[in-house]
Amino acid sequence: MSLLIKNGTVVNPAKQQHEIADVLIENGKIAAIGQNLEANGVEVYDATGLIVAPGLIDIHTHLREPGQEAKEDFHSGTQAAAAGGFTRVVTMANTTPVVDNAPLVRGLRKQAELTGVVKVEFIGAVSKGLEGKELAELGDMAEAGVVAFSDDGHYVESAAFMRRALEYSSMFNKMVIDHAEDVTLCKNGHMHEGIVSYEMGVIGRPAVAEDMAVARDIMLAEMTGGHIHIAHVSSKNTVDMVRAAKAKGLNVTCEVTSQHLSFTDEYLRDYNPAFKMAPPIRSEDHRQALIEGLLDGTIDAIITDHAPHAFEEKDQEFCCAPNGFSGLETSLAAVITNAYGEGKLSIDQVVYHMSTRPAELMRLDAGVLEVGKAADITVFSTTEEWTVDRNQFYTKGKVSPFDGMTVTGKAKLTVVDGEIVMKEGVVLR
Amino acid sequence: MGQVSLHGKHLLGLQQATPEEIKLILDVAKKMKQVVLSDDKKIPYLKGKAIINLFMEPSTRTRSSFELAGKYLGADVINISPSGSSMGKGESFRDTLLTLSYMGTDAIVMRHSAEGAPLYATKAVDPIIINAGDGAHEHPTQALLDMYSIIEQKGSIEGKKIVIVGDIMHSRVARSNIYGLTKMGADVHLAGPRTMVYPELEKLGVTVHHDVREAVKDADVVNVLRIQLERIHSALYPTNREYARIFGINKDVLSLAKDDVMVMHPGPMNRGLEISPDVAYWDQSVIQEQVRNGVAVRMAVLYLTIHGGDGSELAN
Repeated sequence: MSLLIKNGTVVNPAKQQHEIADVLIENGKIAAIGQNLEANGVEVYDATGLIVAPGLIDIHTHLREPGQEAKEDFHSGTQAAAAGGFTRVVTMANTTPVVDNAPLVRGLRKQAELTGVVKVEFIGAVSKGLEGKELAELGDMAEAGVVAFSDDGHYVESAAFMRRALEYSSMFNKMVIDHAEDVTLCKNGHMHEGIVSYEMGVIGRPAVAEDMAVARDIMLAEMTGGHIHIAHVSSKNTVDMVRAAKAKGLNVTCEVTSQHLSFTDEYLRDYNPAFKMAPPIRSEDHRQALIEGLLDGTIDAIITDHAPHAFEEKDQEFCCAPNGFSGLETSLAAVITNAYGEGKLSIDQVVYHMSTRPAELMRLDAGVLEVGKAADITVFSTTEEWTVDRNQFYTKGKVSPFDGMTVTGKAKLTVVDGEIVMKEGVVLR
Repeated sequence: MGQVSLHGKHLLGLQQATPEEIKLILDVAKKMKQVVLSDDKKIPYLKGKAIINLFMEPSTRTRSSFELAGKYLGADVINISPSGSSMGKGESFRDTLLTLSYMGTDAIVMRHSAEGAPLYATKAVDPIIINAGDGAHEHPTQALLDMYSIIEQKGSIEGKKIVIVGDIMHSRVARSNIYGLTKMGADVHLAGPRTMVYPELEKLGVTVHHDVREAVKDADVVNVLRIQLERIHSALYPTNREYARIFGINKDVLSLAKDDVMVMHPGPMNRGLEISPDVAYWDQSVIQEQVRNGVAVRMAVLYLTIHGGDGSELAN
């Protein structure tokens, strides 16, 4: 089974490569990258005018299996990933039951191999049952293959517990991913606090709730030497604090969602629950700071925070609807449309933040196009315009703030271990 | 004139309303008030129309005022509340709306604790949606009756110094008044503790005070909001005693206002907390007249949205 991707622009930040070239794939691995490659009897994909990149990796996904299959399962979620150009996703632990023990990790890895369309990595919970009281068996889960630890969806309220979690996890060289939002300041809050929430009469989740939590956990990272990774950064003060922490040489990294790069709280004026998430979409000054954070490398990864919900769960009054939406199928387009171009990210930076750097963070042998390595490849357009239609999604979570919007940029071909799993928007498995 | 029409439109709030639309409602309300004051209150312009009052929160004056307004206009009006409906069985808001809208319903008057719920309803079903209060967002007919009461007493709104005192951040009455009054050219001042009135609100074209005496100085109108007693538990104010002492509206504070200052309160009152009893029953207080004006304003809203026209067919 061979494939030749011809005439695309190969963007391969790990090798500082950016040139028009062909990529030959044989037996699931990259066999050659070069000019005018020829091979007899192989399938040829004409990538003229398209970007050929190492497969996109989303390090913050909620595949919802086990227990929440009305929202998503491994098959539907990885179909959505393939459609969006992702060759690998890292799924969070806040399922039912919580992924907080090694036997569950082992079983789920097998299940995801059976039904997954793209590669799936697992994050283990930091605390048993996400309760923030007792440590989950982090060592066992590390041996079972989790790539990181997180109680995502919940802030670890106890500073003493977070201290121990950072100390203990550091033995296994795995990061703790931190959903940083002070609970008391966010109580009953549904959107960014500012003049827009004041006009709408909606209780806010102020930016300072994130800032305080981040400040605490950066200090704990300094004290313990553990690796804290701030999830879905949304506030400008957070960007400044992570920048300062990195300058100090601390073991601190972070990520931003494509939706926080795309929207401001002005989009919430219609009380559309599709825009409701935690942390919330903030004002334009915060959005600009997030783009700047990516430009100078303060922010490491761009993520989807794909958080599907069943339609009936999201179809409620604004204050009753749960946080999050399905992001895998729109994330690349959101980044190209809103964070790429003059004065913003270059295409090399887009690939770096969506593939190269995420692979480094999770210590994955991926994120690079190199002869002999697994052929996980994404081919995408930076110019194709399309209108998002949630009813065309592969995800079960048919709610999206991008629904009906015309966006630019689209995944054209997703290749996993040399096999085409998505071609021209159609998922083949 | 005659250009502005509210026929078939929803009334969700005053933030999106135009000054011409507000003026039309207030002009028609003046004619409706004559009906309310008359012996025969039946003017059957809405004969054959059906209105559902969907009240998901407790209400005395707004619900009965809308109900009588509809009945005076000849419509069939029914009342639905959560405890006596399928909402108590867990039926979703969308399905409740769908059910209610398929009964030949022309309009749904809605009170809901969730901000934005009336807007949601306009996207879910066909009937005209009238917002009777959505969470802390808007309560447009309350602001319209407040504005009507001001015009009735003061002749106009433009240029008048109007002070709103209380928990502005959590008040739908305050928001609708701010949006409506600033549109009509009033000099709007907000007063209350720093926990209840944020300086950022000045972006809405108002002046913010934390000293109620300074706020009330030379005021034409003081509109006192209800303080929700449970706010003590979220540390918005320490005690009723301290609130009454520092922010309560009494005759002493009002001595700084204009001699003919007019006092309003949307009700229900906490006498002795936000308003002293002698002010509540003072001859410069219009609190009971506000209730009567509420019926007239709601008649105007129902007439203009369901029946249409500009009210020229009504007797002066």
